[in-house]
Amino acid sequence: MLKLEGINKIFNEGTMDEKVALNNINLHLAPGDFVTVIGSNGAGKSTMLNMISGALTPDFGAITIDGKEVTKLPEFKRSQYIGRVFQDPMAGTAPTMTIEENLAIAYSRNKKRGLRFGVNRERKDFFRTSLEKLSLNLENRLNAKVGLLSGGERQALSLLMATFTQPSILLLDEHTAALDPSRAELITNLTKQLVEENNLTTLMVTHNMQQAIDLGNRLIMMDKGQIILEIDEAKKPTLTIPDLMTEFEHIRGEKMSSDKALLGS
Amino acid sequence: MFLSIFGSVEQGIIYAIMALGVYLTFRVLDFPDLTVDGSFVTGAATAAMMIVLGYHPIIATLIAIVAGFIAGCMTGLLHTKGKINALLAGILMQIALYSINLRIMGFSAENVIVKPNIQLQSNETIFSQFQGFWSPLGIDTALSNFVKSLGASAAPGTWGTVLIVLIITVIIKLLADWFLKTEVGLAIRATGDNKRMIRSFSANTDRYTILGLGISNALVAFSGSLIAQYSKFSDVNMGIGMIVIGLASVIIGEAIFGTKTIFRATLAVVFGAIIYRIIYALALRVPWLDSSDMKLITAIIVVLALVIPQLVSKQRDKKRKEKRRLERLREQRELVTQGGNDLA
Repeated sequence: MLKLEGINKIFNEGTMDEKVALNNINLHLAPGDFVTVIGSNGAGKSTMLNMISGALTPDFGAITIDGKEVTKLPEFKRSQYIGRVFQDPMAGTAPTMTIEENLAIAYSRNKKRGLRFGVNRERKDFFRTSLEKLSLNLENRLNAKVGLLSGGERQALSLLMATFTQPSILLLDEHTAALDPSRAELITNLTKQLVEENNLTTLMVTHNMQQAIDLGNRLIMMDKGQIILEIDEAKKPTLTIPDLMTEFEHIRGEKMSSDKALLGS
Repeated sequence: MFLSIFGSVEQGIIYAIMALGVYLTFRVLDFPDLTVDGSFVTGAATAAMMIVLGYHPIIATLIAIVAGFIAGCMTGLLHTKGKINALLAGILMQIALYSINLRIMGFSAENVIVKPNIQLQSNETIFSQFQGFWSPLGIDTALSNFVKSLGASAAPGTWGTVLIVLIITVIIKLLADWFLKTEVGLAIRATGDNKRMIRSFSANTDRYTILGLGISNALVAFSGSLIAQYSKFSDVNMGIGMIVIGLASVIIGEAIFGTKTIFRATLAVVFGAIIYRIIYALALRVPWLDSSDMKLITAIIVVLALVIPQLVSKQRDKKRKEKRRLERLREQRELVTQGGNDLA
């Protein structure tokens, strides 16, 4: 479904600030895989996500989605295959537009935009039934401007907008990190529910180790631009946080202590 | 008095189309587009030139709209593909259009290359053509008699002009309302609102920026072509300050009528343009003001409209804080007196 082959990226090449962001990344997601990605700040998690979404292009290496090579495809063309939720709850929605208008924009993701009304009766019904799944009573506020919603509500809406058109790949970039714990839990549960319902192939970056362990069928750990650990479907259900810490020490030969806070364990 | 107000309303309704164009860039696309000063004249010059050459006024007006669309798209290309700052892209296009407009008007005469203005005194325009259909209906006399019976000293020569411009502007307003609710329109609005978001829903923001600027300047040029036909005159300098007038119209309208829905917002812009023209007419009646002072007054209106809301909200904030401080003080004092009583 998603294939990354030999992805390399160096930022600020040839300057004092040169930084190897991704170093020979190889990753393969089968249809229905839900892979969680952990790692400290600067490990390259977000860079990898941005490579897949097309916000950044690799120096070399190939990206394939659904059997199509998309390495050079610009972001807006690639996004017809990709649903995305950002860390910033403000980033995924248009604040001066209404809930139904935002949904209409998301609805057109994999269709050609024309001069039809973005919101018609048929779509409105579809939007309403989709919103009911969130249990946030948004289905009765279709005409409310999104800017008036709380961060949690906006993130739930973003999640729905990213998933309800069945993307080939769902990318979640620390999408619960900016929310308070109770809201984060709500979004985590919604993520689980929506991914399962739509059987979406998902890649989720998180700072929270517990979340990475609770969600998904596979886990990868990144450090200094490399994937240093892969936990497969067989081992994932029994995985614990101490396991991950020992593995890290084992591989890197150094303690993970400084990262413990960052990883939110 | 009645006549000058009546004339301002007629003009205001025509300028409203320009203001809708400005609304589309400034508010919807969040793009401060200064092409307007140039594209307004491009519309006027193109229509006037073609009318002088003997084309039907409607054809001339349609070509003027296309010319404005192209000018807007050029600004969009400079900004998106050339990565030039939005303000600079507009200014560059505006200054380029100054020369182009002189050339366009130059086409109307045989022995010159450039021409600073065109007179349409004896030519057919959209308005004279409509008059040919309107006058025989005899509605003018009936309405004029009615107005006079209400006590106006003089009645306008015709009511046909105000009717036709009203019809045109209402149609444009409704088209804008409809367009902004289509899939493409939603994408353009989202481009102005949150580029990152709309890109993640497979929309080419460059293309929608260019399209939005094109449509905006098409409206501006349309308005310019109608003003040229209305005043039977096109001049290379008629667009100076047009962007500020458009902005003033948008701001005045929004302040009075609000922006709750698209329908409300575009209606506000239309009324804003008319109100601006009425203010203009009234200002001209002040004895010590000259018509050339109007640009200064327009600038002041826009500055006030931008600054006053800030001052008001700051003042409100201050009052609220002061009120809270006094409340806190009273609470503390009560606490102290209570404490004193307890001790006693």
